[in-house]
Amino acid sequence: MGWTAADFVDGGSGPAILARMDQSSPATPVTRSPVIGSAVPRKDAAEKVRGRARYIDDLKYPGMLHGATVRTRAAGGRLLGIDFDPAVDWSSFVVVTAADIPGANSTGMLDGDQPVLAADRFRHSAEPVALIAHPDRARLREALAAIRVREDAQPRPLFDIDASLAAGGGLCPGNTFRDYLMSHGDLAAGEAQAEVVFEGRFETGAQEHVYIEPQGMIAHVDAAGVLVVEGSMQCPYYVLDTLAAVTARSAGELRVVQRTTGGGFGGKEEYPSHIAAHAALLTLAAGGRPVKLVYDRAEDMLATPKRHPSRTQVRVGARRDGRLTFVDIDFALDGGAYSTLSPVVLSRGVIHAPGPYRCPSARVRGRAVATNHPPNGAFRGFGAPQSIFAIEQAMDGLARQLGISPLALRQINMLRPGDVSVAGQAIDSATDFDAVLAQALAESDYLARQARHAAFNATGGRLRRGIGLATFHHGAGFTGNGEVVLASEAAVRARRDGQVEVLASSSEMGQGNTTTLCQIAADALGLPVERVTQAPVDTQEVPDSGPTVASRTCMVVGLIVEQAARQLRARLIDEAALAREDMSAEGFAAACARWFDARADAPALEVHARYEPPAGVMWDETTFQGSPYAGYAWATYVAEVEVDLLTGEATLLDFVAVQEVGRVVNPVIAAGQVEGGVAQAIGFALYEKVVRGAQGEMANNRITNYIIPTSADVPPIRVFFQEQRAGTGPAGAKGLGELPMDGPGPAIVSALNAALEGTGAMPLSRLPAMPEDILEATAGVHRTGEAA
Amino acid sequence: MSAGAQRWYRPRELAEALAIKASRGADVQPIAGGTDLMVAWRLSTAPMPALLDLGAIGELRGICEDPDRVVIGATTPCSTLAADARIQRGWPMLAQSAALTGSVAIQNRATLGGNVMNASPAADNPPVLLAYGARLHLASASGRRVVDYSGFHTGYRQTIARPDELVVAIELPRPAEATTVWYRKVGTRRAQAISKVALAACLQWQGSRVIRARFGFASLGPVPALAGALAHRVEGCDPGRLDAGALAQAIDEDFRPIDDVRSTGAYRRQVAINLVRGALGLA
Repeated sequence: MGWTAADFVDGGSGPAILARMDQSSPATPVTRSPVIGSAVPRKDAAEKVRGRARYIDDLKYPGMLHGATVRTRAAGGRLLGIDFDPAVDWSSFVVVTAADIPGANSTGMLDGDQPVLAADRFRHSAEPVALIAHPDRARLREALAAIRVREDAQPRPLFDIDASLAAGGGLCPGNTFRDYLMSHGDLAAGEAQAEVVFEGRFETGAQEHVYIEPQGMIAHVDAAGVLVVEGSMQCPYYVLDTLAAVTARSAGELRVVQRTTGGGFGGKEEYPSHIAAHAALLTLAAGGRPVKLVYDRAEDMLATPKRHPSRTQVRVGARRDGRLTFVDIDFALDGGAYSTLSPVVLSRGVIHAPGPYRCPSARVRGRAVATNHPPNGAFRGFGAPQSIFAIEQAMDGLARQLGISPLALRQINMLRPGDVSVAGQAIDSATDFDAVLAQALAESDYLARQARHAAFNATGGRLRRGIGLATFHHGAGFTGNGEVVLASEAAVRARRDGQVEVLASSSEMGQGNTTTLCQIAADALGLPVERVTQAPVDTQEVPDSGPTVASRTCMVVGLIVEQAARQLRARLIDEAALAREDMSAEGFAAACARWFDARADAPALEVHARYEPPAGVMWDETTFQGSPYAGYAWATYVAEVEVDLLTGEATLLDFVAVQEVGRVVNPVIAAGQVEGGVAQAIGFALYEKVVRGAQGEMANNRITNYIIPTSADVPPIRVFFQEQRAGTGPAGAKGLGELPMDGPGPAIVSALNAALEGTGAMPLSRLPAMPEDILEATAGVHRTGEAA
Repeated sequence: MSAGAQRWYRPRELAEALAIKASRGADVQPIAGGTDLMVAWRLSTAPMPALLDLGAIGELRGICEDPDRVVIGATTPCSTLAADARIQRGWPMLAQSAALTGSVAIQNRATLGGNVMNASPAADNPPVLLAYGARLHLASASGRRVVDYSGFHTGYRQTIARPDELVVAIELPRPAEATTVWYRKVGTRRAQAISKVALAACLQWQGSRVIRARFGFASLGPVPALAGALAHRVEGCDPGRLDAGALAQAIDEDFRPIDDVRSTGAYRRQVAINLVRGALGLA
């Protein structure tokens, strides 16, 4: 073969994307940084492209056992007992139940209401009640079939948000995990000023992450008596905290190691703590022997969290000229049976609910509602895609009622410098949302295509076309005071030969953060990126830089890494005579050598830094007013669709994604984040539907029947970045990872509604908009040719 | 090892395969591409059956055309059918359905005979075979018979093939003059999808009237099936003058589609009606 994997890695699509970026970037670079902004090859690319990366299920240890999980069937009730078929010789199995837990029987997430293993009562189907392990993986399946969990099922399980609220209790007080109210301005005055009011109800469905690698862990006790758990995860220190509580061990007796992680998307934020606890309990019961607990796809889909289903009631009012006067939103998430991460998913959803619009008065009530579904959890966007879908569709509805275009309504109301958002945050002078919208309109040829589609649709064939847009923003980092509470820490460490390591618990899971963190450090140190690597993520080796979530790694952790790197360089200048103007790798290495030569006993040249919140970031958790995020990425997405009225099938013809993200650290990785996020959101919008069985369990828990889009279903995704370089992150960067999940749903449904305009179809108001929904909305349309 | 305990057979001659079938019947599972069986085994706790691998039998593979028909060996893979000029010219719906079966990798392994014998109601090629009026060649150690494919599936995953029989070939008559064909698979997505509804229609015309109609459907019932009442309603008519309600009524006589994890009965019914309208040039 004439090429090697390195050709792909080194060449890539870098030049093409750089060219696009140069067109879209403000022409103001003062000094072109050699590392930040360049499409350096991913640090993890070669081993992954060559198939050498070792995932958790690739690892084997001598004497290793394989674990499996015994789960409930019913959607809640009392556990009466667990029967082990006497026909099976159980002596060769390790068996663990709640009675074997040395510490707390709680995963420890926020409210701590979720047991590691159900002991008495249970609240949902597929809830873990016991664990087994055996050296022969093949014997686990028959063993599971020989274990019967005796259940006294509760009579009327609750699967619907409003039914659960109406029931008023049973799962937790009011069946409500959290009830938040964001209040801004004088709502009564806003209602009085409104001349046109739109009201609507919008729903979004559950979504499964479908990370390419199902979840898994291996636990063992090492020779020093340390309990070691390794596996696929986003948040090693969350896992460590859960293990400490469940095993009643001190942090020094625990070690968590992140292995090559095949995707996360939020799905590996919290659930890995459960699997780690399960694997740990098994290894402790097995005398420390290694135990591997890896889910197959069906179990992963059945048991692990999904994106929260939502329903949102929106009232939004405006003057006749289109200026908003009030917005009143009732937003509710299906939290599932335990609160897990629902409170924080809810707060992000509430804050994003009014959209990026200026509105003098607003009320957003948000509730995380308990149901008998398996708990829902973190998923890229974290509540924002749900509430943004609702406000964007409500804006379209209001525009219809006002008789103006959805575009015009947005142009009238979008946040601009000097405005204050509904959350009470002043919009800074660097924000230029108009420029983002303008580029999206230009790149998508929005107005011309709208006119062409109108003419095409007027011919009355079975195909209809439409174009739609969504304007939105996404706050990066933890909500409110979260980053202050986290107080994340990261470090850089130089070796004698001038090679530098970044020390952070931020996990590479395919999103590219190892590469971007290395670029950030290299940039601050004046080194080529080849001189910087990220140390393996191991809680005994790296500080807690916080969880790898919330679009925070580049912006927040990157900033800490940048600070640590700058301090490292300053120390070499002060302590090892590194010339201030010497930006050469050779000069840096020579300074490192001098530093170590002068300190024969120094173990390491290592500099730690902690997160310092930007000045003026204040957040009031009780009123939901203040500055909920240190930075926002701003975006306009445009979708173009074609609908077949025979089948209700929607085909995406084109997709334009324009976003202002402060500063692009690596253009290929950033574009990959947007393309991947848009593809995942296309699934959320058109294909991915979690079908529930009678016990609320996922009935289509196979990739055959849970449909994610393939490359054949995804249109060209045209990605454009604007860079104001005013973000709070390194070199002015802001968070990006979740943003692309927010816009496609509303843009696609807007395009569908535009395509169906004039057919008499009811506007679509639910995600996913499946062919079944589209055909139902157009009921009667397809009969136009029929004889009367 | 006794013959009864053998777990894997790979005969090179059909006669040998038929002898194995004659002695072991349903205890031995014929396997060709394995694209359905291997998935099923992975999901099942049942022990894997003894296998009769048909892949080494040359006479089961290939395409043979004469003026009246084409005869397709049972282990001919979908990718061969999709790419074959004779199939594309004479039986274009089969080239289309073969190209929409699973993924490209699946099409390289999956065989036409396997797709028929797996007897899934959602299988991609059977509607086309039904529309073309296919006949199946079944062979056993005691002889051969040729049966109309339209009566082959008797219930969910049930066929008239006996335990000692193998399907060896699929025969498609050449469509009559003035015949039009129309095929549409409505899957869960554009590729690598299982059908929610699929229709293959073969219509013979005399002027503006349809004189012979065959509508082969997938995923509307427990078996891939011809819509007999619908064909009866259409034959002899100018479709432009057909009463729409009567079409729907005929389809309701033929099928009662159900809700499942892939779609709803209501959607399947409505799409079936709409596809028939498409096939008749009414939409």
